[in-house]
Formats: sequence, structure tokens, C-alpha cells
Amino acid sequence: MLKLENVSITFNANTVNERKALRNINLDVKDGDFITVIGSNGAGKSTLMNAISGAYPIDEGSIYLDGKNITSLKEHKRATRIGRLFQDPLRGTAPNMTIEENLGLAYSRGKRRSLMPGIRKKDIGFFREKLSELDLGLEDRMKTPVGLLSGGQRQALTLLMATIVTPKLLLLDEHTAALDPKTAEKVMELTERIVKKDNITTIMITHNINNALKYGNKTLVMSQGKIILEIEGEERKNMTVEKLMKLYSDNADDSMSDKMLL
Amino acid sequence: MKLNRKTVISLLLKALILVFLIVIINTRLSETVVEGTFEKGLVFALLALGIFISFRILDIPDLSVDGTFTLGVAVSVMNAFNGNPIQGILLAILAGGLAGCVTGVLITKFNVQPILAGIITMTALYSINLKIMDRPNISLYRKDTLFTIMEKYFGAHYKLITCGIVVLIAGALMFTFLKTQAGMSLRATGDNEYMVRASSINSDRMKIIGFAIANALVSFSGAMYAQYSSAGDTNSGTGMLVVGLASIIIGEIFFTRHTILNGILAAVFGAIAYRFILAFAMNLGMDSNYTKLFSAIIVVIAISIPAIKNYFTTFYKRVFKKGNGGAVDA
Ligand SMILES: Nc1ncnc2c1ncn2[C@@H]1O[C@H](COP(=O)(O)OP(=O)(O)OP(=O)(O)O)[C@@H](O)[C@H]1O
Ligand SMILES: [Mg+2]
Repeated sequence: MLKLENVSITFNANTVNERKALRNINLDVKDGDFITVIGSNGAGKSTLMNAISGAYPIDEGSIYLDGKNITSLKEHKRATRIGRLFQDPLRGTAPNMTIEENLGLAYSRGKRRSLMPGIRKKDIGFFREKLSELDLGLEDRMKTPVGLLSGGQRQALTLLMATIVTPKLLLLDEHTAALDPKTAEKVMELTERIVKKDNITTIMITHNINNALKYGNKTLVMSQGKIILEIEGEERKNMTVEKLMKLYSDNADDSMSDKMLL
Repeated sequence: MKLNRKTVISLLLKALILVFLIVIINTRLSETVVEGTFEKGLVFALLALGIFISFRILDIPDLSVDGTFTLGVAVSVMNAFNGNPIQGILLAILAGGLAGCVTGVLITKFNVQPILAGIITMTALYSINLKIMDRPNISLYRKDTLFTIMEKYFGAHYKLITCGIVVLIAGALMFTFLKTQAGMSLRATGDNEYMVRASSINSDRMKIIGFAIANALVSFSGAMYAQYSSAGDTNSGTGMLVVGLASIIIGEIFFTRHTILNGILAAVFGAIAYRFILAFAMNLGMDSNYTKLFSAIIVVIAISIPAIKNYFTTFYKRVFKKGNGGAVDA
């Protein structure tokens, strides 16, 4: 479904600041996979997401989505089939537009934006129903500008926007990291529910090793631009945070930060 | 809206300004001056609407305005001179849209800084405008204009009615457009570009479309102005950007909430209010050579109001609430 072949990205090539953020990454994601990704700061996790979404052009290699080569496809074109959540809750929504306008934009994902009304009467009921599933009371505030919502509310709304037209692939880059623990847990539960319901192929970066093992069916560990471990199946079932830390220090040149133990 | 002390005070203040303006209008300005000021305000409302799209919706400064305004003047006046006033206005709108596309393409495809891109377009237009008009100014004396045509239908107040209808149509079209899928994509592009691209919207294309609409309106304003004043001048665009900004900022004093309707109303009423302030200043004896200086000062004052307010509240606290600390919220 998603295939990366020999993907490399180098920032500031041929300068003193040269930084190989991705080194010959190979990855094969199957339909319905829910992959979690961990690794220390600067390991290249976000860069991997940006390579897949098209935000960063890649220097080498190819990327295939559903058998089609998307290596040189523009970011906004890839977005017709890829839904995305950023770590920063402010990035996913338009603050000066209302909740229903944001949803209206998300709902026309992949279609040509025409001179049809941005929000159709018949969609409003659907939006209300979807919002009530978030269980945050947002269904009664559809005309509120999104800028007035809390970070957690905005992130939950972004999750809804990314999935309201079921994407082929969902990319989550530490999407709960900026939220307080309780809200983070709630957004994480929502994520799992939506992903399961529509059986969305998902890649999720997290700094929380517990979550990395708890959710999904496969865990990737990254270090210095490479995927150093792929854990799945029986091995993953028996995996604990301690064992994973041990595995990491045996395989990587650097050590994982304490932040990851949380 | 909650009726706390702050909103009551601001409402009272607005009412006071309005009453003041009305009193001035009634006592100082003659009826013909009032009507003429309204007409000019409406003509320049189109300019303010255009600038609203680039500066407020897209949130990108577009400095090509002075050039595209003159472009509208030039195209409109040449066509009217040759006996096609309505065609002149339509072509001016089209030409302005094209000029806007150029700025948009410079910014999105050639990675030119927005401010520089606007200046480049404006500079290029200077030659183009001279070429179109072929001489520094043209008079439409005894030529047909949109207004002389409309005189037959609307009677005595034909200029006011014509301007009013034009602005009403432009404003209504803009409002409707900004609520469509394409219009919402345009607004989102100015609001959060990350979100826009992640929602499969081509943000580059949206910016180009936005600049096209903005400059089509600015050029439209120039086209109307030329036929309204029955004359065209290659320098008529000078300072128009500041005039348009001043209008928007004045309007936003009265229409504070950030909705689309409020933005449009702020542009239109701000443009009219600006003309009245100007008319009043001239009535008090201001030299008409100072109008550009005047508009520059208005922009500075209007933009600095929050800073001045802030300055006064901290001053007030320091003097009257000693020992209370600076962190008290008014
Ligand atoms: N736009 C950029 N320009 C230059 N260097 C970059 C850019 N983006 C990332 N890098 C560099 O690439 C490396 C990988 O960064 P990346 O953001 O992918 O790490 P990460 O694994 O997501 O880290 P974190 O856990 O801190 O989010 C880092 O050394 C970073 O400094
Ligand atoms: Mg990251």
C-alpha cells in the first residue's frame, strides 16, 4: 500500500551544516497496518513523515502509494489521499474560520473546490453528528471560530478533519505531545476508535513508548536517519518498555532520552 | 455580546463619533458636497474591498495597488475617449486581474518576496500605463461615460445611485464568493497555509486567484474614478494603497468582529468615512496638496491606537493605583 525504496534526505548538503536526516530508508506498509514510530530527538521521524506527505522533496529513492509512484507528486495532490496531524495543534485548523467552515473545507478534500456553497445545508447535520462523536460538546458551537478552542479541542477537530473523508493513509506526528496528559489520553482513544472503525492505514510517531507498544500492530525504532528495529508479531506482544530500551541501546549509537520513559 | 463596562464605553464612544460626524456633515458641509463625498467614498470603496482581499484575507501586503489603480484609470479613460465607456470598465477589471496574477506568480512560482513582487509589478505598470494613455492626462469632456449613460435612467442623483448599485453588486458578489468552497479555500490560505496544503488545496493557486481578485477590484475602482471625474491622469494612483488601508482601518473601528460581512462593511463604510474626514479637513481650510500627507497621518494614528491606549492605561495605573502592581486587568 505504501512503499519507500532507498529514500534519503540531506539538509544543507555540501555545507558545514550538512545533516543526513534520512539514510536509505526502506519501508513496506500493508493495508490496515497501524505502525508506531519511536526514536530519540533528531532521529528523522518527522522528516520521514514529511517525505511521505510531500512537504519535503526527497534527494534519492522512490515512494509508492497504492502501486503508483508519487515521488514527484506535489504535497497538496498527495493530500487527497493522505490525512495528517501535526504536533502543534495550531497547524491543523484555520483559526479565523468557524468549526463548520473548517469541516466544510476538510469535507471537500480531494474534490475540486468549486463555486458551490462551502457548507451545504445537508452537510451540517452530518458534521453535527461527527462532532458529537468526539464527545467534547463542539456540536453546539459550530459557528465558533476555531481560534477560540483549546489545544485539545483543536487537535480532536483536526483528527476529525483528517478522517472525515476516509484517507488511504493517516500520518500522526506526536499529535498528543502538546496536550496535557488527560487530554492526550482522550485524543489517543479517539484516534484509535476512528482508525479502527474505518480501518485506516496509519503511521504514528510518539515519544511515549507505552503508547508505541499499546497501539498498533508494528513498531519502528529510528536512530540517526535509519530504521534500526522493526518489531511486530509475537516479539511485539512480549515486548516491555525495559526490553525495548535494552534493545535500543544494543543497536543504536546514541541513547534514548529519559523523556521517552514516560 | 456581554454588556460589561468596556463594551458600553466603546459603544458610547462609537455613537459619539457618529453623532459628531453627522453634526459636522449637517452644519459644515453643503448638500452637494455631502452627495459628492458619498459618491467618491463609494468609488473608493471598491479600492478598499480589493485591499481587504490582499491585506486581510490573504494576509500578504500587495504594494502593486498604486500601479493597478492607474491601470484601471488608463484603460477606462482610453476606451471612454474612443466612445466605449462600459467596455472600458470591463477591460479595466480584466487588466487589473491580469496584473494581480503577475504579482501572484512572482510570489508563488518565482519565490519573490511579496513586498518586492508588488513593487516590481507597480514599476512595470508605470511604463505600461504611460504606453496605454500615450500622454500624461486625458480629459473626457463631452464624452460619454458610464455616468452620462446612467443619467437617463436614474435622474437627478444618477451618480450616487450608479456608485451605490456598483458597490452593492461588488460587495454582494464578494460576500457570496467568500462563502463558496473556492472562497473558503482562499480564506484558509491566508489563515493557515499548513492546514490548507494538508487539506489538498493548492495554496499557490489560491494566492494567485486572491491577488487577481484584489487587483481587479482596485483597477475597477480606478476605472470608475476616471469616468466619475471625466479625466484620467497617469499619476492618479499615487498613494492609493495608503488611502485604501486608511479606509479599512477606520472601518474596523466600527466593525470589530472578524467575520466576512463585517470585513466588507468595514471596507465600504471606512472608505466613505475617510472621504468625509477629508472633506471636513478641506472645509476647515486644509490645502488639497496635503491630502496624501493627511491619509498617511490617519493610517499612523489608526494603527497606533492600541499602543496609545496601552500607554494610557499603564500610565493611569501607575498614577492612580500605586502599590496595586501592574498586573491588574482593567
Ligand atoms: N527543514 C530542515 N532544515 C534543516 N535541517 C532539518 C530540517 N528539518 C529537520 N532537520 C534536521 O534533520 C534531523 C532530523 O529531524 P527530525 O525533525 O526529522 O527529527 P525527529 O526524529 O522528528 O525529532 P523530534 O523527536 O525532536 O521531533 C535533525 O537533525 C534536524 O535538525
Ligand atoms: Mg519530530
